[in-house]
Amino acid sequence: MNQEKTLLAKLKTYLIFAGPTTFAFLTVIILPFLYGIYLTFTDWNGISATHSFVGFQNYLQAFKDKVFWTSFLLTLKYVFFTVILINVIAFFLAYMLTSGVKGQNFFRAGFFTPNLIGGILLGFIWQFIFSNILVYLGKSYDIPILSGSWLSDPDKAFWALVIVTVWQYTGYMMVIYISGFMNIPRDLLEAASIDGANFYQRLKNVILPLMAPSFTISVFLTLQRGFMVYDINLALTNGGPYKSTELISLHIYNTAFLSQQYGIGQAEAFFLFFVVAAVTLLQVYFSKKLEVEN
Amino acid sequence: MEKNNRLLNGIKFFALSIFLVLYIFPFFIVLINSFKERKEILENPLKLPSVLNLSNYIDAFTKMNYMHAFLNSLIITAFSVFLITLLSSMTAYIFVRKKWKFNQFMFFFMVASMIIPFQGIMIPLVKIYGSIGMMNSKWALIYMYVGFGASLAVFMYHGFIKSIPLELEEAATIDGCSQLQTFFKIVFPLLKPVTTTIAILDILWIWNDFLLPYLVLMAPEQRTLPLSVFYFYGTYTIEYGPAMAALMLATIPVIIVYLLMQKQIIEGVLKGSIK
Repeated sequence: MNQEKTLLAKLKTYLIFAGPTTFAFLTVIILPFLYGIYLTFTDWNGISATHSFVGFQNYLQAFKDKVFWTSFLLTLKYVFFTVILINVIAFFLAYMLTSGVKGQNFFRAGFFTPNLIGGILLGFIWQFIFSNILVYLGKSYDIPILSGSWLSDPDKAFWALVIVTVWQYTGYMMVIYISGFMNIPRDLLEAASIDGANFYQRLKNVILPLMAPSFTISVFLTLQRGFMVYDINLALTNGGPYKSTELISLHIYNTAFLSQQYGIGQAEAFFLFFVVAAVTLLQVYFSKKLEVEN
Repeated sequence: MEKNNRLLNGIKFFALSIFLVLYIFPFFIVLINSFKERKEILENPLKLPSVLNLSNYIDAFTKMNYMHAFLNSLIITAFSVFLITLLSSMTAYIFVRKKWKFNQFMFFFMVASMIIPFQGIMIPLVKIYGSIGMMNSKWALIYMYVGFGASLAVFMYHGFIKSIPLELEEAATIDGCSQLQTFFKIVFPLLKPVTTTIAILDILWIWNDFLLPYLVLMAPEQRTLPLSVFYFYGTYTIEYGPAMAALMLATIPVIIVYLLMQKQIIEGVLKGSIK
């Protein structure tokens, strides 16, 4: 390979190979990020050409806003339930689908299907299910819990969101767990069986430790997607009824683009960024530690 | 033991089948109701359609300007994925083969930036690109996708290129190839497995993406498929039949591709997640 001697030659090679990527990366990610920090200290309303400095006003306002905290706590609750449910169900599906059941590949492909379709479409599909199909079933068979639409009840609408999210992502995480299971050496499990380990002991002492890397990835992805959810929230409930299911991303969008409080919206977005970064980094750090110990 | 196993597998098969039917049920509901009239849907949304009436489809197809939206989605996805794979592979190549301080710094910088969520920068992004008149254009959107997609793609190519031995490239250089020729004739073809993985992940992402095009593409004639379904559904919520047909129309192309490339797609997701 050619060796560049002068700085100019190096610059030329860099610009030819990495120039466009570097430029796009800096202008699409880094520049808005830095400009975003600046925006949080201004009172820009999206229209006026000028804006003035307001110091930490936006952060203070965001943190004093009760609606923001309600939305944030609701998001935490949503993340908690979706992460657990998705991973538990995906893990058991993967376990079943690596045990030599007939039609394994067909099942895998089937459970993966929702991941091919965007959240907006999935949200609309389930909106129809919740407000028509389930209500119809409830009325025809006198099932009280289904007689009214879940989407018009604040508490049930939250669970509708959880159900749809679990339905959407289980297949994706299942694929990750399947690859984990396929990496467990067969003879190790057989050796454990011969030594008299029952199912629970095999699960605890052989399967779970060897599956640790899959858990790291899968929990990371579900955490991140949970905090960032927008499409399903918009299409299924649009934050309703009465803003009771407005998760944090939707809240930020509404603050910035509907209420035109761009500075406050951006302050909230940064808060979300720090929370997600902290949570996911901690999670990866601790799961990596678990992996090593095993 | 043998007999027990067969019984157990039978039970598993049965349980999985029921679960899968429940899983696929929502799509089935959309399908059957897409052929019905409003009255028929309200009477019993679970009943099979009495006749295969395509009028909902024709209605949805024309009102959501389907062909236009489909082409927009196709152009945006194709160009973005093409540019992401081409530009990122070149970048990763130079990052691996030239161990300059600056390259190492840029690589680290790009990987670290992957922690920034889209929601963290969407507001300033709209402000910046709005103020220089780059909104409402597919090409601006494609440019943004290159920026958003570059980090992960560079990271994945980087890991793969590290494992390619230098000898081939040295031979090519001795034969008089320039660096660009060496890259395109020798290295790029070797990257095919990663390129496939990245392309699959990015196609799934960009084809289905909603929030970024929602922010950037305002004019109706620029809408992508998810956007046109969103606006159509918003306008015709009470018209269940056409709304269901719109959902079907947007889903069908993806399902066809999935049926043809199912193995590659699942493998792509698998390889892409183990980074």
